[in-house]
Amino acid sequence: MTTLTKPADAPLPDLSTAAANAGLLDIAYTTYDSPAGKLLLAATPHGLVRLAYLDEPGQEDSVLDYLARRVSPRILASAPRLDEPRRELDEYFAGARQEFEVELDWQLTRGFGRRVLEATARIPFGARSTYKAVAAKAGSPRGSRAAGNALGANPIPIIVPCHRVLHTTGGLGGYTGGLDRKRLLLEIEQGQLTF
Amino acid sequence: MRLPPFQKLIDAYGRDVHRLLIALVGREDADDCYQETWLAALRAYPRLRDAGNLRSWVLTVAHRKAIDQLRARKRVPALVAELPEQVSAPSPELPDEGLWRQVRELPDKQRTALALRYVADASYTEISLVMQTSEEAARRSVHEGLKRLRMEYQP
Repeated sequence: MTTLTKPADAPLPDLSTAAANAGLLDIAYTTYDSPAGKLLLAATPHGLVRLAYLDEPGQEDSVLDYLARRVSPRILASAPRLDEPRRELDEYFAGARQEFEVELDWQLTRGFGRRVLEATARIPFGARSTYKAVAAKAGSPRGSRAAGNALGANPIPIIVPCHRVLHTTGGLGGYTGGLDRKRLLLEIEQGQLTF
Repeated sequence: MRLPPFQKLIDAYGRDVHRLLIALVGREDADDCYQETWLAALRAYPRLRDAGNLRSWVLTVAHRKAIDQLRARKRVPALVAELPEQVSAPSPELPDEGLWRQVRELPDKQRTALALRYVADASYTEISLVMQTSEEAARRSVHEGLKRLRMEYQP
């Protein structure tokens, strides 16, 4: 008696297009190598919801687990659905784009934090602001520290340019992806660097 | 309850599901069935009560989609009969294909039990879960299926 061996493998069909067409794709994500390191991009049907720096193994899983809990577990890998933000980021790093046009989904932010980030999103390319100023724009002139926390928890760094927010004294402050990245992004915007 | 991101299920069990469907419905229909399986699973996923045995759950969905596919096929024999035989050349036969074709001729229970056992490496416990039967009945289906194959299969 011949044993029943497994059928030969064939390529697995793509699922993300059919899932999106059926309205079942709540979050599409992809990872992407940028000059600022490896990034994870995640989008809902409303827009880009998360951009994360991936520095250590396991970070991708923890970002996706968080999205599964906070937004929806219907999460699929799909590079094509993130073509638009990837293209804009490529252009930004190449010095060919100053403003991002991709739609954003703010649902991971709320209250004062969201207002701080919305104020930050309006800081133009090449300009600088301060924790104090974005706190004031968000309606709390004495909320610098809370503004710093909100910026540190920015779910969409680079595109919501929290790197443009510095200390009143001119000090660099903090950054969600580490200060080297903050410096890098500021240098790109000074035209000192392009990729 | 904490459900993992759905992509984790596809990464972990996609290959098993695809192989199982090739064995159950054949290569031509496996891709469609695969897509239907995962879309049905994705639709039901947020309402899932028990995240404890996701593989068995996905294999159960695949098993149901395979049954649907085979039933749908039986309902359209007239149409099939009118088509000219083999318009295009059949895809080259893979070495193991012949035996799985025999398996597909077996009764539902034996076919499913054999495919789960030898394609998805399922335990009898898992086969009983997927087929919603007892472990003993799962074991019997595998043995009866093998016995019948032995009698009927002439290489």
